[in-house]
Order: sequence, then structure tokens, then C-alpha cells
Amino acid sequence: MTSLPFVSVSNLSRRFDVSTPWARRVFLREPRQRLTAVDAVSFDIHRGETLGLVGESGSGKSTLARLVVGLLVPSAGSVTIDGVAITDPSQTSQSQRLRRRIHMIFQNPYASLNRRWRVERIVAEPIKAFGLLTESADIRERVDDLLRLVGLHPADRTKYPHEFSGGQRQRIAIARALSSQADFIVCDEPTSALDVSVQAQILNLMRDLQDRLGLTYLFISHNLAVVRHMARRIGVMYLGRLVEIADGRTLFRRPGHPYTKMLLDAVPDMTGTGGARPRVSGEIPSPIQPPSGCAFHPRCPRAFDRCRHETPFHINGVACHAAQTG
Amino acid sequence: MPTTQSSPPVEPVLAVRNLSVAFYLRRNIVTALDNVSFDIHRGEVLGMVGESGAGKSVTGAAVIGLIDSPGRITGGSVELHGQRLDTLPPEVMRRIRGRRISMVFQDPLTSLDPLFTVGDQLIETMRAHLDLTRRAARDRAVDLLDDVGIPAPDRRVNSYPHELSGGMRQRVVIALALCTEPDLVIADEPTTALDVAVQAQIIGVLKDQCARRGTAIMLVTHDMGVIAEMADRVAVMYAGRIVEIGRVRDVIADPRHPYTRGLMGAIPSLDAETDRLVQIPGTMPRLSSIPSGCAFHPRCPHAFSPCTRLRPATIADAAGHTVACHLAHPVQGAQAP
Repeated sequence: MTSLPFVSVSNLSRRFDVSTPWARRVFLREPRQRLTAVDAVSFDIHRGETLGLVGESGSGKSTLARLVVGLLVPSAGSVTIDGVAITDPSQTSQSQRLRRRIHMIFQNPYASLNRRWRVERIVAEPIKAFGLLTESADIRERVDDLLRLVGLHPADRTKYPHEFSGGQRQRIAIARALSSQADFIVCDEPTSALDVSVQAQILNLMRDLQDRLGLTYLFISHNLAVVRHMARRIGVMYLGRLVEIADGRTLFRRPGHPYTKMLLDAVPDMTGTGGARPRVSGEIPSPIQPPSGCAFHPRCPRAFDRCRHETPFHINGVACHAAQTG
Repeated sequence: MPTTQSSPPVEPVLAVRNLSVAFYLRRNIVTALDNVSFDIHRGEVLGMVGESGAGKSVTGAAVIGLIDSPGRITGGSVELHGQRLDTLPPEVMRRIRGRRISMVFQDPLTSLDPLFTVGDQLIETMRAHLDLTRRAARDRAVDLLDDVGIPAPDRRVNSYPHELSGGMRQRVVIALALCTEPDLVIADEPTTALDVAVQAQIIGVLKDQCARRGTAIMLVTHDMGVIAEMADRVAVMYAGRIVEIGRVRDVIADPRHPYTRGLMGAIPSLDAETDRLVQIPGTMPRLSSIPSGCAFHPRCPHAFSPCTRLRPATIADAAGHTVACHLAHPVQGAQAP
């Protein structure tokens, strides 16, 4: 940890106003309601590293991804990428130059590609938008290279997205992400819509590209095994908070937070033969009125009085009173 | 096609023999199921696993008689406790569906009616199939909701589906599927829309309740983990055919078909750190042009000449672990690379 982290997220929060319409609030005396989707999250990602993020639906994974790439404006906190604070208005010109280097891959390759555009136009769009190449012959050559890089054929250039399978579409999305020579890619559930054998192809491709191009990934998924395979360090989110962040091996062998342990116990295991495992209790509560103190305390087997009143801080990557007091 | 099962002397709840289903489209014929045979016994969970387009869901639809035009059952038979289902007229089949065979689908919101309380839906289903008074049906609905682990069932019985979380809705769907005490439940991706923690709960409920009642389950899923957790036996499907079937433990410990082996290697593991996942080259064939011989041969690393020409017969060992692969044949096994 000698070098400066490539991506540094500090105390990042985002609240959404989910109040009922004005008239209802006034006449029915309904209060304003705010949902804290991401609550004071901090982490670093080093260059060439993959940070995995896991959590159930509603834990704030996708909001966090959108905050990190700048698609959403944070309510508080900062995101610094390669020394430029993209959340700082005084650094707008630098952060605009940084835009080219940040890209995102979405879950649903059926929705993330414009179905009226041919592949060449989809892949070339970032090149044109950032003015990286101007000669059409150069652009064409670059698109061909990119398609080859992700395992497609240059002749696929003239096809439309509907002519491809889900896995091939995700390859197109990756080619588009790389076309502006991005080096930081935020992947939000990139393989959740794919079959396992296709998922294996895409995950292998993403790792190969990381090795060849030195990419940095923020890899988000609800699938623990996929995150484990892709990331060296893994963060676990619960109700907008990062409850634990640790080296993958440590996290899976000795989970520090009771929630992490519960998640790991819940994963259906190919080697396990079912039966004798601790049953998971309860469901993720509403983020509009999260429990006080540690948000996990109503479901936590180790909860004690302090958990109900005091939000735990991160110590050695674990935000849990019980783990800290032993 | 001879199928050898580890057959106890009792007759199976469901016996499917050489079932084929085709869809007659304007331009071509799509073979969705090709000579599929399997049995499910009382209290047993048979997992059907495969990737999109392998024919898992069509198998379920064919068993329950829900293949719509232009699709058609083109051969074989489906028997429930010895009674042939595929030849029954639609009105008779409708009495069996919901009463003796019921279904649990992936998305609980689409299988529940948003305009009726969960209690009304349970009562209506029970009274349509069983001879019960409204009061008795209501009492039973409360008991069922309690069985599937819904807290405060006497109040929840009056809730509308939108008032429940995804996991609770799926519990209601399971209660609906079990309310007529069916012989067989077809669960089509019952946990795919749920988070892993809730998924574990739902698997537990479905398994416990069916074990208690002796209900047989046909579990359709793409998730090998769910199969390992819940099923007794597993059938691996590829391009409308069953390529391997056997006890879950045997198939996971010793997958014999190259496709099964590829599928297992493609799944990232929680414990082991692997650099690369096994990649099955190519993609699933289009069902309108399934390769000759063994449908998997263009993607198979071990394919040799008979694979391209001859469809492999199924070979079973003493434990009923059955595989359709030329390499698994004892004589040709010697040539295996």
C-alpha cells in the first residue's frame, strides 16, 4: 500500500427523496420521507486491482456504482480517481478529461445497447464522443481491433444487437467500454443475466483483458462465488452501509461480520449435501426506516444493547460491535 | 430408449417415456424435447438442470399439459400413477392440473392475482378442487400459511400480494401449490428471482413441506447449487435431451457426460481459488438445427467419429447413474482420451 490508491471513495452518501406528492403531504399531514441508499461508504481500489461488492437487493450496490462513475451526484462525501476529485466542482476540467477513462458495464445487455444502431456505431461512439480518432478509416480499424479483442469477428460490425446472444452482447458492451481506452471499469452485475457456461466465458474474458490492459474493476454482484472468483478484495453491503471489507480469502474463511457469515451460510453449495445448516432468519428491512444503531441488529444472533443505539465504525474492515468486543 | 432407474418396486408418481415435443413454425420445426424419459417417485425431488433453451421448462409444461399451439407432443407418454395424461381431453386435464399436479413459477407476482387477498386465492383454489366449506377452507388457508413460515398467518391471510415481500409472496405461492395436497409439484425456477438469503429459506420450506406430505417435486432450475441443496436426483438437459441423470451426489462427484463436466467447471466456487473457469467452446445449438448424432459433439473436446453420426444410447450403472455418451460405453471407453 505504498502507492496512492487509484480510486478512493470517502464517506460517500446518497439520499433520495421518496416523499408522497405535495398535496398528500399538506392535506394528509404526511411527513417527508428520505431513503438513504448509500450511507457513508469508504474504500480504496488500487491500480490493476478488482474490488468486489456483494449485497442483497436494496443494499445500495447499484447506487454506489452510479455514484462512482458520476451518473449520480452524491449527497455527501467524495470520489477521487487518479488524484482527481470527480465530485469536486473546482476540478471540473480535470474530471471531464477523466471521463474517457471511466466506463460502466450494465447487467442487462438487452437494454444497454441501442437496438437501432449497428455494432460499429455502438462501439465507435465513445471514440467519436471524446474525439480520439477522426479519420473514418482509423475508427473502423480500431473497431475491428476491439471486436477481435473481445472475441467477436470484425464482420459482426454491420450487425444489429438483436442478432447476437446475451453473451455476445455483453462482449459488445465490453468492447464499447474499452473503445475510449478506459482503465477503470465499473461492472454492475455483468453476468447475472447469462447462463453459467456463457458467464464463464465473459468472466474469463474480463480477467484476460485485465491482465493484458491493466484494467481496474469495481465488480458488483449478488453472486458471492462470482465475486470471489473475480476480486481479490471484497466489500459486503447491507442497507446502504459497507459492513465489512476484506481480502477475499479472509472474508470467506473467517467472516468478521455476522451478516457476512449469514450470507455465506445461505449460498447453496455444490459440495454440501443440504440439511444441517443454520437457517437464515428474516429479510432485509425497508431502507426508508432502517433500524437504529447497527442496521443488522434485528436479524443478528450476536446483537446486544449497544448495537441498537450506536452505529459501529470500521475497525480492521469490520463494522460490528460484537466482532470488535470479541 | 431403455432407461434403467434404481427402481424400487413401487410405481413412480410420474413416469415420462420417450417424450418428444416440437413447435411447428412457419419456416421450420423446432424440436424442443427429444426422447426424454424419467421417473419421479413419492417424496422425491428430481432436479432438471440446463441452460436457457435446454428444454427444462418445456418438460414441465408437457407434463402438466400446457404445450400450446404451434407446439405439440409428437411422441411418448406421460403417466401419473399409471394414468396416461398426454392423451386426456383438456377438460379432464384441467381437473388434474391444480389438484394432482401443481406448479410454482419463478415470479410470485405474476402467479398471484393482485386484486384478491392471499386468503381468497387459497380458499378459491381449495374450493374449486376439494369439497370444503368456506369456513373450513379459510381455517386450512391459515394453517397452510403457518406451515410455509408466514408470521401472524391469521392476519396475513387478509393481505394483498403487494403488501408482502418477494420471499413472503413465494411462500404464499408454495402454500397455493400445496393446498390441494397434490401428488406432484413442478417448481420452475422457484428461487431465481430471490436474494440468496431468502432463497435458502424458500428452498427449506419447499423441501420440508413436500417431505412431510410425501409430495414429489420436479425442480426446474439453471442453478446447480440449488439442485445440490434440494434435489435427490438430477437430470442434466442439453438441446432438448437428457444427457445424464443420476443421484445428485453421484453426478456432482463423478459427472460422466462432457457437457456436465463443462457445466460444473464453469461454476465459480466459493472455496477454491481458480484462475480460469472451464469454458465450453461455442454456444448452444439452435433447436431448429440440432447437430446430428450427439447434439453436443461440435462443442465436445472428446468427440470422435461415432459422435457425429450416431445418437448415443443411454448407459446406466447399478446405482442408476445414466449417461448418453459414446465415451461412457464400456467397450469404447478404452478409446477415451
